[in-house]
Order: sequence, then C-alpha cells, then structure tokens
Amino acid sequence: MRYHTPSTFTEAAEIAAGAGGITRFLAGGTDVLVQLRAGMVTPDDLIDLKHIPGVMDITRTDDGGWKIGVAVSGARLGAHDALIADWPGVVEGMELVGSTQVQGRATLTGNLCNGSPAADSVPGLVAAGATVAITGPDGDRELAVEDVPTGPGKTALQPGEVISAITLPPRGANGGDAYLRFIPRTEMDIAVVGCAVNLRLDGDTITEARVALGAVAPTVRLAPDAAAAIIGTSLDDAALAALTKAAEAACNPIDDKRGTVAFRTEVAGVLARRAARIAYDRAKGAAK
Amino acid sequence: MSKVHVTTTVNGDTVEFLTDPRETLLDCLRDKLGMTGSKEGCGTGDCGACSVMLDGVLVSSCLVLGVEAEGKTVDTIEGMAKGNDLHPLQRKFVEHAALQCGFCTPGFLVASKALLDQNPDPTEEEVRYWLAGNLCRCTGYDKIVRAVLDAAAELRGEAA
Amino acid sequence: MAKDEYKEFRLVGTRPDRPDGLDKVTGRARYGADIAAPGMLWAAVVRSPHAHARIVRIDTSKAEALPGVKAVITRADFPEGLTGEAWNMQENTMAGERALYDGHAVAAVAAISALIAQDAARLVEVEYEILPHVTDVDEAIKPDAPVIRAGAADATVPEGMPPNVVRYMEFGHGDLDAGFAAADLVMEKTYKTEATHQGYIEPHACLGQLGSDGKGEMWVCTQGHWYIRKMCTDVLGLDPAQLRVTPSEIGGGFGGKTTIFMEPLSLALSRKAGGRPVKVVMSRAEVLRATGPTASASMDVKIGMKKDGTMTAGKVVFRMQGGAFPGAPVDMALYCAFAAYKVPALHHEGFDVLANRPRAAAYRAPGSPMAAYAVESLVDEMCKELNLDPIDTRLKNAVRDGDQSSYGPKFGSIGLVEVLEAMKAHPNLQAPLGPNQGRGVASGFWFNHGGDTSVSMAISEDGTAQVSIGTPDIGGLRASIALMTAETLGIAYDDVRVNVVETGALGVNEPTHGSRATFASGKAAVIAARQAITEMCRRAAAEWGIDAEAVEWVDGAAQPAGPNAGKFPPMTIKEIAAKMSSTGGPIAGHHESVPDGVGASFGAHVVDVEVDPETGRTTILRYLVVQDAGRAIHPSYVEGQYQGGAAQGIGWALNEGYIYGDDGRLQNPVFLDYRVPVASDLPMIDTVIVEVPNPGHPYGVRGVGETGITPPLPAIANAIHAATGARLRSLPMNPPSVLAAIKALG
Repeated sequence: MRYHTPSTFTEAAEIAAGAGGITRFLAGGTDVLVQLRAGMVTPDDLIDLKHIPGVMDITRTDDGGWKIGVAVSGARLGAHDALIADWPGVVEGMELVGSTQVQGRATLTGNLCNGSPAADSVPGLVAAGATVAITGPDGDRELAVEDVPTGPGKTALQPGEVISAITLPPRGANGGDAYLRFIPRTEMDIAVVGCAVNLRLDGDTITEARVALGAVAPTVRLAPDAAAAIIGTSLDDAALAALTKAAEAACNPIDDKRGTVAFRTEVAGVLARRAARIAYDRAKGAAK
Repeated sequence: MSKVHVTTTVNGDTVEFLTDPRETLLDCLRDKLGMTGSKEGCGTGDCGACSVMLDGVLVSSCLVLGVEAEGKTVDTIEGMAKGNDLHPLQRKFVEHAALQCGFCTPGFLVASKALLDQNPDPTEEEVRYWLAGNLCRCTGYDKIVRAVLDAAAELRGEAA
Repeated sequence: MAKDEYKEFRLVGTRPDRPDGLDKVTGRARYGADIAAPGMLWAAVVRSPHAHARIVRIDTSKAEALPGVKAVITRADFPEGLTGEAWNMQENTMAGERALYDGHAVAAVAAISALIAQDAARLVEVEYEILPHVTDVDEAIKPDAPVIRAGAADATVPEGMPPNVVRYMEFGHGDLDAGFAAADLVMEKTYKTEATHQGYIEPHACLGQLGSDGKGEMWVCTQGHWYIRKMCTDVLGLDPAQLRVTPSEIGGGFGGKTTIFMEPLSLALSRKAGGRPVKVVMSRAEVLRATGPTASASMDVKIGMKKDGTMTAGKVVFRMQGGAFPGAPVDMALYCAFAAYKVPALHHEGFDVLANRPRAAAYRAPGSPMAAYAVESLVDEMCKELNLDPIDTRLKNAVRDGDQSSYGPKFGSIGLVEVLEAMKAHPNLQAPLGPNQGRGVASGFWFNHGGDTSVSMAISEDGTAQVSIGTPDIGGLRASIALMTAETLGIAYDDVRVNVVETGALGVNEPTHGSRATFASGKAAVIAARQAITEMCRRAAAEWGIDAEAVEWVDGAAQPAGPNAGKFPPMTIKEIAAKMSSTGGPIAGHHESVPDGVGASFGAHVVDVEVDPETGRTTILRYLVVQDAGRAIHPSYVEGQYQGGAAQGIGWALNEGYIYGDDGRLQNPVFLDYRVPVASDLPMIDTVIVEVPNPGHPYGVRGVGETGITPPLPAIANAIHAATGARLRSLPMNPPSVLAAIKALG
C-alpha cells in the first residue's frame, strides 16, 4: 500500500486518476481503517487529504451558508457554536457517529462517501439541502448530497474524483432542523432507522420542509410526500398522522441483523413524528 | 516492502520508527516503541481500549495509521502519571475498585482525563455518554463512573 | 462457626487498595499480547468461511514461498490417534476432514512480522465441499437434521434418539402426577435463549515456544495455566511436565479462558520453525467466531402451584446446543433450574445437541441463566395469574439449611431466605413507578467449586510474607488472599505479597473458575499460614526451652499460652524471622488438596424498566443485586462481581446474541453488532451483600463470582411484562421483539 499526502485537491485527483489499483481517500479513517484491518479492502494507494490547506476549516460562505472542510471531525463540528445555531440537526447527526474517540477523527465527507444507507450524518445534510464540491480529472462539479450515494457502499463519484468540501445553504429566518435515529443501545450502534426533518415557518405554519430517511432503503432518501404532509400545517395531530403514514410509505427496507422490515417501517414513522416536533420547536426559537 | 520513516512526539519524547503504511498507530506504539499500555480489544474503534490523545484530541489509536503520526503529538497512558505522582483519576480508580481485570483501564483513564480536561464538572450522564465508547465487561461501569466523578471533585478542589 | 456469629476481624472485610493497582493504572501490567521474545515470530490463522464443509485440499505452497514465512501448519502436523476429549480439543484447535463451523481453524502460519503472516494466510488455498449445516437447537435436534458427527453420542443416549443428540440425562424425585394433581394452577411454557459471548475485552493471546526435544514454554492469558498445559500437551502428544506455562495478567475470562483455542498452534508452529517463539493474538472477529460462546437453549417448563403459592410439582425439558462438540451445560442448567425451591415432585430431562457453531466454553454460571430465564419467568407468570407477591412466593418455597436440593445433595448452610428478606426491606422496592414502567424480580443460584488447589507461602527475613497461588487474579484475588493471609499471620496487609506463579512452581491447580478462587486458594493460603505459625511457635518454644504446645500465636507474635507455660515476652514474627537461619532454616507453609466445605450462593435481583411503547426499547431505570457472600473478604470486589454479573445478564437479556445467516455464517462478529452494554445503557447498580458465613471456610467465604448473571434474564422479562403486559419468552428482548410483542397484544 502506497501512502500519499497531496497538498492540493487537484494533486489528489491526479494521484487517484493515475493509480491503477484500489484507491482510497483518507480523511478521518474511521471506515477505511476498519476495512483495512478486516482485510475487506486493502488499497494499493491511500491518499491522505489532511495535508491539504483548509480541510480542517469551517467557514461562512458569502451568501451566509457554511463551507465545511473534508477533514473536519465530528468533535470540531460539535464545538462550533455558530454552525450549531444554524444547523443543529446536521451537527447532531454527525455527533451520533461512533464514540467520543471516533468523533475525534470521523468526518461528514467520510460518512457520506462510505455510502452506507445508515450513515447518521447524511439525512441531516440531505434535509438541509447541502451540496458537495467535487474535484476530478475533468474539472470541478457540484452535486446535491442526496445524489452522492447510489447504493450500499457505492457513490456517484467517478474514478479520480474527490470531494473537496461540503456546503450548507444559508439557514434563513424561522427555520429549524433535527435528526433522530433509532438504535438498540444508547450509543455505539449503527442506525436501524434515521430521520431528519428541516422546515421553515411563517408564524405557526410550515412553509417549507424536507424530510430525509436513513437505513430504510438502499440509500439515504428524501421523502417528498412526508414533507408535503406537513407543509401548510402547524404540525397538528392530523399533520403528524399524515407525516407518519408518508414516512412509512417511503420505506423500502430490508430484514437484517439490525432490524426487520416491519420494525424499520414502524419506527420510521415514529422518528419522523418526533424529529418534526423538535425541528418545529427549534424553528420557533428553542435552542438545541 | 517499502516502509515509511516517522518522527513523532510520544509523552513528550521525540521518537522515530519505520512503519508499513498498513500498520496502525496502536501497532507502532505497542510493537515498535514497546508502549503496551494501550490495548487492542477490537481493532474497529468499538471498545476504546486503545484510546490515546493525538494533538490533544481523544482518538482510538487502532483507527489511526502510524504514518499519520508524523510531526504530531501523542499522549498515552504511560505519560499520565508525572514520575511517581499519579493523576487523581489513576488514584481514584484504585481507591474505588474501578477495575477488575484492568485491561480496559488505560483506555478509560485516557478518555476520562480528556473529559475532565474540557469539562471539570460533568454530570453522571455526561460521564456515561462520554465513556460509551470504552467497553468494560467486568464492572458494570458503576465504580468507574463513581471514580471519575470523585476525581473530578478532587480536581475542582472539593472534598470528596 | 455458628451462623449468626459475626466475629470482629482486623483486616477481613476492609477495602484496601489492590496490590496490582499501580501496575494497572499506569499501563505497566502485562497481558497476553504485551510480551515479546528474542527471535519471535507472529502467527496468523486461516479459518473456514463455511458452517460445514469437507476439506478437499489445502495447498500451502504459495504461503510457504512468501519471504519471511517460517512455518505453515495444518492438521497433518498434529499427532493422530487421539480419542475422547483429547480428540475433541485437537479437532477444535484445527479442523481435520471437515470444517464444523464458521471460523473453524484449518491452517496457521508463522512469519517474521504480523503483516507477512496475515499476507501468507491469505495465500493458503483451501478447497471446500460445502455440506448442509444447522445452527438452531430446535432444528439440530430433528431426526432429519444434517448430521454433525456420527457416533459422537455417549452411553447416556438411548437408542433411537435423533443423530445430533450426544448426551442425555434425566433425574428427579417425588410423584409428579400427584404433584400436578394437587395444584390449583398448572402452567407449561417454552422459552428460548440465544448464545452469548463472554465478551472479555482482551482477545486471546499467547507466546509459545517448543523445541524438537519436546520442551516448551508458554506465556498466555488464561484462567488456568495447568489446564492450558494439560490440554496443549494432550493435543500435541507431549509430556505435561516438559511444558512450563506462565500466566499473564488476564483481561477478563468469565469462563471463556478455561480452555484452549489457538494455544497449541503457537507450539506446533514454533516446533516447525526451529523452536523460535511464536506469538498468536486473536482479532475480535476471531474471538467471536471461534471462541467461547455459551450454549443456546430451548426449554419447556411445567409448574404446579397452589393458590397460596406453594409449588407442588415441576418438570423441565431442556435442549441445548453447545456447538459442534459435546459439552453444552445442560446438566448444570438442570441442576440449577429448581435449586431455589423446595418442591415435593420434580422431573428434569436434558439433551446436549450438536450444531454447526463454535464449541461452547464455560460462561459465568454455565447453564444457570438459561434455566433461571425459563423457571423464574414461569414462576412470575403464575404469581401474576394467582395474584401473588413474587418475593413472598419465593420465600414460601425457599430452600433452607439442611433441605434436600433439587439436584440431589442436601444443602449445608445457605442464605436464600436471608437474601429474600433483605430484598424485601430494600428501599428500591418502594420506589414509585410511572407510565410504561415495570418492576421485575427473580432469584438465582450457583455452586461453589473446590477443585485441585495448591498454595505455598513463606516468611521473609524481615517477617513479611509471600504467598504463591496458582489461580490467576481476574478481579482482585490477590487483595483477598493478602487480606486473609495477613489476618491469619497477624501482620499488616502491605506486608504480604501474593504472586500468581507458573506451572513449575506449584502442584496442579484448577483454574479460577467455578466461583472457587477466593474460597479454595484462600482456604489453602490460610492453612499454609497456620503451618508457618506452628513452625514459628515451635522455634519460639525451642528458644524459651518450653513445649511447643505451650506456645500460642497472638497478634503476629508467639507467646506463652497461659501463666503455667513460663514468663517470656512475646516473640514477634520479625524477631523469629530475623534469626530463622540459625533456628532451623526457612519458615514456610504449603497446602495441597481438593478443598471441601464449599458454600453455594443464592442471589435475587430487582429491576425497574421503562419500555418505549412506540419503539420497544427498554431502559433500565434501577437495578438491585442482593446476594449471599458468606463473608466478603474485600467488599468492593464482591460488589464488583455482583455489578459485573448483573451487567452481563442485562446484556444477555436485552441486546446480545449470536446472529447466524442462512449460510451459517456469524453475522455479528464485531462489537459494533455484538451489543454488550455500554456505560450510558446502565444506571448505578445497587448491591446488598448478605453474609451468612460458610462454615466450610476459615473466614466464611462462599463463591460469589457467578450467581449474579443468573437473575437478570428473568427479572428483566418479568419487568417488561409488568410495564407492557407483553411476555417475552425468547431472548434477546431487543426492541423489534418487544415492539412486536406489544403490538401482538392488540
């Protein structure tokens, strides 16, 4: 295994494009090293992105959104008060990934690129409408986060392409987001179901909403019907019931060691309801 | 086989080693530097027995490559006591019988110190969640949590 | 010793710092993988990915050709012709004609680095012919199940039993029909438990060296190094005395480190590699796939009860699989099933069944938690049906001193009634419960094992003492042995050093298992110390010119026993020790026996839970362990056993369990998905140490290590029922199961 430490994303993309065998980018390493250790994936070329200037930075964009470097750890994200004030649901999703120790290393971008349908940080990003900047051999492009994963362990990134940053849109007024996941223990598990809700209010009425579900389909997915079920409502009982039904209907899960189809479907509705309430309260001004 | 030369600082000492890029920081600490206080319980970041501080951040050293330690600062259990002066956490773990087999203890101590360094007055719940990535199979955590809370009180200058 | 005589002790019952504490909080303590030797090689093991497969061919040539590889072994490198348990151990160490479970070792490699060994292991080519497999006990006991091993049944199995039944047992007493006829309520239910792993945080590790002369050395994390010595030499056809085994510090065992797994591989690789020492360290996945675990069980229970709670009859039929080899603890499960109850008529029947899973090892009170889950759940179901208090009902039927036990022998002094009374008085039982919350109680039982025990002790030149024991210290044993020795000698706790010594230094010792170490090594240490005291009294008598019988030992000094013995000032242990060279040489004591006077331990737990009715998730709100310790030598470590046992039981009850796919492969061989309780899952675990001294031990000790894992399984099931109305008769009671059970109520 060759270990590379490029100093620009262009250089990283060139190394990846020129490599013949298995290539992995290294940010936090909390997935790559597990796969390496288990003998599942032994890359021929490992490209460490942490020597590229700016990858540890969280910066306000010109339009009032946020740019998050690819090597920003969960711990660093969780210590950024201004970001949490804007996007508490995004940050709490990331903070649920692994242990305190894993938080010291794991990144949003890595969690996204691992391609797991159960990735805890991804539903929050999708609900927020986040995008990724991609550098590749044929230049740069931008992609919505929900379009990055294409199946379990698979992404839309082409050979030689590397994500250079994640961008969150401006929060704007009267918005709130939240992420909840269900796990059997209180910590340390992979999500059996995850749900993020991002909404905006006008008075008591929801005017915009995005609902994203995790671990109930081959990829994290947007649930537009679930969002539609609460838009125009004040999240009353009827809206919550409709949301529950729509979230359940958006599920296409599997039976596996972590949960059954019936359980995942049922709990997706429960979490959608509970996350929507939290997001609603946050939009009303409740602190995280 | 091409190995990489790494220079890093461990517990204040500059050290060097040659490592295959596939080897973890934990492998390097244990097998190249003879610092076996950090343990491997899982190799997947699920047990916390290999906890160390990397540039002041709590990490699982099984999830860090040895090559990534180049130019960095690593603090391990071996550096927690200053000479013969134990850190209050170390004393409290013994006093409270917060260890049975002791295998998870170095990881718990390193992780607990990281907590108290940033939160001198944690609640029981905060201690439990912070330490959720450190598995102990012997104690049921009761005495560990008490030892951490008691050490925190002592560090704050409050009588236990 | 009378039951209620609470003698004042100087040291026993105090809580000093453990002698190995400093090493363990500084990272200095050396565990299985923490040692290296000159010329050391590293091993990697090739394991079967199939649950059941014929090994058609193994080609090791590519692995052998890799630079840095020094030895590759297969079953062909082991002696042939073994029979019985020796063959079982050899077959489990390395597969012969067939791989019998996912993770079964088929080859091993030693190389100059761990990475080269792992690379070489991947170059070993194994051709398999996949065979039909079975992993579930109820499937494995069917007459047409895939046959794991023809001819494996022992003489206990009657003609005509299904092919995977390898042991059968039945016993009981009384008139069962009359007993059930006398009952006001008879209930019969079936319960299932999944296999769980001991889950010690330290993976198995050893460093073995074996020369062509058959002489060898081993450093290993184990609960019993004489067992390791015997088993390794049996498997390899060596003489036990030629293998010296030194125990490392041990990172947890819970029964799982009382046997061999990869230890013989290090020796066989070393011998093939010209005697270079070989280190083998298991990964967590190897630990979960190929060591431990406990058995899974399917259990029918039938109980007859009068309206007032009196139990009139009981019947259990237990089926357990313990992997591809005989040894599921169905016998112990049957012994424990009704141990807490005095019932006029009982019948027990058990089947030990083979399946394509790793060979079960002992796990804390092996068999007892499963039995308790079945019997203590059904007792609770019947109490609820008859509107009876669960603690009073247990008291009404509780066994007392001198009662005939359900498994045969008469009980000596036991403390079940005292435990239940202490529980009734505890404030946790008065704590108010809110919506979706429920309380459950259950009792549990485990034996106290004697076992081969050999201890030696010696007085140093300055009157301090060293004690050599052969039972590895997993949870504070050295502190307890030092307390008892110092108490006996009349010296300070810090003046005793206890060493866990290698096989060359003592007679044979059984492992630290069976809740025996504090009892057995402690009793032997006290007897050895008394020998030394006798010798010191003799030396004082010689100096004073009086009869040795006229000297007594008081507070660490010899003194004349009464005014008629003569007038001499007390001669302290320091004075006697200082001149021992001129008064007859070294002063020491030793004791070898299978200690009698074992004291069984009963316990009872109360748990309060809250169940989320929308997700089925159970939260433990409050937990209380009450257990009879006989006498707590070091109460902190007794509490630690109670709390640790309860935590393991909580894990078993709620979220732990082996998950096999349709392909027979273990789906969760990592801590991510083998879900042991984490710190945020648990509350503080309250304990009450009941002390009904065991008259068979000089300080009243009972075995306390194992009972604590037994009550949590049924106690939590009973609490979930109280909270939700749903009765879970299968483990684990994880959120999907609980939610499904709640929804099934309608």
